[in-house]
Amino acid sequence: MTLARVVANVVSTEKHPHYKGQKILVVQPVDPEGKPKGRSLLAVDGVQAGIGDLVLVVDEGGSARAVIGDESLVTIRTAICGIVDRVDIDDGRRAP
Amino acid sequence: MKLGRVIGRVVCTQKMECFDGLKLLLVQPVDENGKEAGAALVAFDTARAGEGDLVFFEAGKEAAQANPNGWFNPGDAAIIGIVDAVNVAGGPATGGKPATGVSRT
Repeated sequence: MTLARVVANVVSTEKHPHYKGQKILVVQPVDPEGKPKGRSLLAVDGVQAGIGDLVLVVDEGGSARAVIGDESLVTIRTAICGIVDRVDIDDGRRAP
Repeated sequence: MKLGRVIGRVVCTQKMECFDGLKLLLVQPVDENGKEAGAALVAFDTARAGEGDLVFFEAGKEAAQANPNGWFNPGDAAIIGIVDAVNVAGGPATGGKPATGVSRT
């Protein structure tokens, strides 16, 4: 799992049947301090996340399908599995 | 999944049977603002995409699963859907061909 910030949502009509009814969000991976790290990616939302939320993202097929709760959606690989309330870092600093 | 722009088509007569009937497209990965993000790649199409379309694609073993000719194939990138709009917080949206669905949140 990685920490990421939701930066956009994606609207799509013509898509693979496995993605019907799934909310797709653009997430930007961040470090524990909240600074962007690496390239953004798309994830299926399993926890009612929205733009601006700090979230937990799984980028592995089996885990993503467990989040969505449907093992038959074999083309889905990335999913949001949690909304982060806060990150406590050992030295007392806190992510925004 | 990642966002990408279809920038070309790859035509191949001699290819593995598992790719028969599938369109091979050249995809340039982009970020949510439409800026290029990494090297272009070839993906097979499952969403009737065409040149100029903003799409989202899956890479890795999940891509092979999207192949309608069966899951046991060497495909490592598949176009999964065509993007109508990307709504970015505080910025203009990108999508379609050319940019449509502009909105701010």
